[in-house]
Amino acid sequence: MRASKPEPTDRARSAPTPERIARAWARAMAGTSYVSMSRRELHSYLSGLASRLLSAATAETFEPSVGYEVGAALVDAHFTLPTSLDRTLCVLAEQLSGAGTPARASALQSALAAGYAQALRDRTLAEQEEIRAAAMLARSEAEAARWSSEARFQAVFAGAVIGIAIADIDGSIIDVNQTTCDMLGYTPAELRQLAVERFIHPDDAPGVRDAYQDLLRGEREHFRLEKPYYRKDGQAVWTDLVVSLIRDQEGQPQYVVAMIEDITERHHLQIRLRHQALHDPLTQLPNRTLFFERLGQVLDDAEEDARVGVCYLDVDGFKMINDTLGHDMGDYLLLGVARQLHSKVSGPGQLVARTGGDEFVVLVERSAGPEQLVAIAEAALTAIREPVQLGGHEITVSASVGVVERAADTTSATELMKAADTTLHWAKRDGKNRWALFDADRHAHEVAKFELSASLPAALERGEFLVEYQPLVRLLDETVMGVEALVRWRHPKLGLLGPDRFIEMSEETGLIVPLGQWVLGEACRQAAAWQRQYPEIDLVTSVNLAVRQVQDPGIVDVVSAILSETGLDPAKLQLELTESAVMGTAGRPLQTLNALAGLGVRLAIDDFGTGYSNLAYLRSLPVHSLKLAGSFVAGLRPPDSPDPVDKEIVATLIKLAHTLHLTVTAEGVETPQQAARLRALGCDTAQGWHYAMPGAAEEVIALLNPRSTSDAPTLDAPTLDATTVDVTSGSAAPKSAPATNGRRPGAAPDGVAVPTSTVGTASS
Amino acid sequence: MDRRPTWAPEDVDVERPSIARVYDYYLGGSHNFAVDRAFADRVLRLMPGTTTAAQANRAFLRRAVRHLCEIGIRQFIDLGSGIPTAGNVHEVAHSVDPTTKVVYVDIDPVAYAHSRAILADDPHTTVIRADLRQPAEVLADPQLREQIDFDRPVGVLLVSVLHFVSNEERPADIVAGYASATAPGSHLVISHASVEGTTEASSEALDLYKRSSANVVTRTAKEVAGLVSGLSLVDPGVVQLTQWRPESPDETTSWEEIPVLAAVARRE
Ligand SMILES: C[S@@+](CC[C@H](N)C(=O)[O-])C[C@H]1O[C@@H](n2cnc3c(N)ncnc32)[C@H](O)[C@@H]1O
Repeated sequence: MRASKPEPTDRARSAPTPERIARAWARAMAGTSYVSMSRRELHSYLSGLASRLLSAATAETFEPSVGYEVGAALVDAHFTLPTSLDRTLCVLAEQLSGAGTPARASALQSALAAGYAQALRDRTLAEQEEIRAAAMLARSEAEAARWSSEARFQAVFAGAVIGIAIADIDGSIIDVNQTTCDMLGYTPAELRQLAVERFIHPDDAPGVRDAYQDLLRGEREHFRLEKPYYRKDGQAVWTDLVVSLIRDQEGQPQYVVAMIEDITERHHLQIRLRHQALHDPLTQLPNRTLFFERLGQVLDDAEEDARVGVCYLDVDGFKMINDTLGHDMGDYLLLGVARQLHSKVSGPGQLVARTGGDEFVVLVERSAGPEQLVAIAEAALTAIREPVQLGGHEITVSASVGVVERAADTTSATELMKAADTTLHWAKRDGKNRWALFDADRHAHEVAKFELSASLPAALERGEFLVEYQPLVRLLDETVMGVEALVRWRHPKLGLLGPDRFIEMSEETGLIVPLGQWVLGEACRQAAAWQRQYPEIDLVTSVNLAVRQVQDPGIVDVVSAILSETGLDPAKLQLELTESAVMGTAGRPLQTLNALAGLGVRLAIDDFGTGYSNLAYLRSLPVHSLKLAGSFVAGLRPPDSPDPVDKEIVATLIKLAHTLHLTVTAEGVETPQQAARLRALGCDTAQGWHYAMPGAAEEVIALLNPRSTSDAPTLDAPTLDATTVDVTSGSAAPKSAPATNGRRPGAAPDGVAVPTSTVGTASS
Repeated sequence: MDRRPTWAPEDVDVERPSIARVYDYYLGGSHNFAVDRAFADRVLRLMPGTTTAAQANRAFLRRAVRHLCEIGIRQFIDLGSGIPTAGNVHEVAHSVDPTTKVVYVDIDPVAYAHSRAILADDPHTTVIRADLRQPAEVLADPQLREQIDFDRPVGVLLVSVLHFVSNEERPADIVAGYASATAPGSHLVISHASVEGTTEASSEALDLYKRSSANVVTRTAKEVAGLVSGLSLVDPGVVQLTQWRPESPDETTSWEEIPVLAAVARRE
């Protein structure tokens, strides 16, 4: 380069200073590019550059490269927009013109332009390089992140102990993990050939398909359920399944992911536990719980006209078998019964359950009618009657069955089983080894009877009972020699009830003891009153003693206390006892009888001839009188000719009684012929409608006409007739009408209705 | 297998303009691709002042950081820091105290990668990639916590970023999330696209942004003040960007040219 000294010019006055150049330069550059400098910093930066340029322009030796460096420095300061160069060149063209030669100025400017261009090009390329590198780095990092999340997914997917399967929304299986394959017994490739549909199982709950469809439509995000799958080998696998929807970026359903856990073992355990909870461990038959569950279901699901039925079965005398042969044998027997029932009567719609110790029940879910149930009951009874081998013995057992059959919509499980229980009782009571069919009328009757029986004690307390009296007439002269006391119940709702309506149940409940005692006291008080009122009349009052009263250890004390309380002459009291009360095998009755006789009271045997009287024994009893059972007396009633056998029996009995020095009373005398025939046979006393109905104490005494004779009361014929007429006219039964069993239907029974007689018959 | 869903992080898509690279282009940088430049040129045709606004924004950032350095703040969190270019926060701060800590936070993977490349050797700076809309996550970042001492005042920079946060995203809560985590004496620096000064052309330009998936919400001065309602505004309050403590009065420009607001607020 050629060195030259700059020539002074006009402008020397205003020779450029770095400061001046920098001011103009900064002004020109404002806003051309972003430069991170304050105004002062920028000013000093530019004035530094300007002074370098000025020095170069005026230096001894011209170094145009300074221009080049200044150009680069501009780019360095981030004057990167081309306008920066443009403005720079404009400012410098003006400002440098006063310094150095124009040639130097233009050389500096072109060097500056070249330096700027080169630096900007370098910078641009460098930055492009940088940003590309950064983009690549970012990309590879994203890739790495994706890869590692992919790898994590793969690890989870492959290594999961639960099965994972992914399907698209068209139902094709896209991917499955090894656990899924192991669980279902397919290879991954095989599974990928299969559609999701293929895995819907017939045992799936009804909602499964809907849930899946909802998921595919994007209406739900996931669902969970337990369901079975068929393995490739056909076996079932039970799974806990969670199915979730995966959506794409727009939120549209894209994939379905299933998480499948094998719960087959748990499922089997549950089934086993449920089976255990619902089956009887001994017989493996359904137990009470399952039976009621099933019955409840049947009733709930029953269609309109559906009928159901049960046979409720109980092994007869099982307790005795258990007690005598031991529990093992008992169990063995029950097992045999269960097997028989299971093989002979159980079947579709016919559930055989063991509901308790020796109780079984057959549930007929859709009954065709009572006949079907009875047939099943018979089949069950036949099956049970099959002899069973029990520890070397061949044992035959029987059972009783209560059968109930009714419309499903009219009953509940409890009602049905209560009825079955009642009916089973009937079968037992009717003699076991049989079936009984539920009968609503019988049941209603029993319920009414039960209610009546339950109200007895309160009735006694409230004084609802009363005593009526029926005359005992001496046949010889037709004078009244005594009365029989008969109890009645004035029921507040049912009216006046005869002993047949309540004595039997009071025997069962034991109320007969206080009731009988009350009757005895009442009768004795009345008799004592008569005794005081009509001392001239010799009247015996006859009162029934029930078996339970006779058995009561305190009976003798009770009788003697009543006698002394009332002041009744013991000889005026007759106690009527049934044959069974008297003929007891133990020594107790005899002692009691002796003690009673010892009090001075008369003893009569009621309903004689119906039991098995030991005649030899009879002889040793302190008994005064026999009352002939009404059935024999009835045989004498037919007007034309009496039943010859009955007549012969009556004759024999009278003879026998007389041989033993006992008087004989005939009950149920309803016609004059009867009376005449009895008189002819030598019978001592008679009682019955022919003479008088039972009546209140005043009515009875009115019959006695006590003033007519001083010896004994005589029934005047007219009075007697009047009574008879009264009876017939007031009664539904005319005297001539034949009556069954010596009783008139619908009418209050006469002395035959002595309570003890019924008991005696029932228990013999 | 190729149809299996990918649970992968989102792709790095250089086929779409990025806010960070477009901004770099406005500032005269070359850290950008053809798509970014094409996009920026379209914006510039509608709003030629954008370049000036970007420069002014960058100048505000510098003034604000300097100011905070001068009042003694020695640690900064720059949220939405962008691509390093002239006058980066650490450069401004280090000119005052070279030990000042700076954490750069940006969601743009390229900006993040580049920042790391540039700052790898600087022990006082850290770069993390995070979404500034999740203050709890950002503040829990272990690298950030290694650098920042929350017992001492921090300068939290939200410069030219909050207008990318829609109202549904609750910008005030986001700001409060940062403010509440910092010690008293900390400062928040905000610059924000303004409703005032927005012309028809500029709202068209904002539409362009919207279409490139970066929604821009302009806000009023009052709304911007509302973003820092729990803090005390440092003088001169919420003002047009160039008015915020200008170096000389003649450096200020009109709303029309630079429709951007700026504010610095202090946590008491
Ligand atoms: C206009 S630039 C501002 C850069 C710098 N703060 C400045 O003012 O010079 C906006 C930056 O914010 C970043 N950004 C936008 N939304 C973001 C978010 N949600 N989280 C973090 N960074 C975000 C963009 O990637 C971009 O780099």
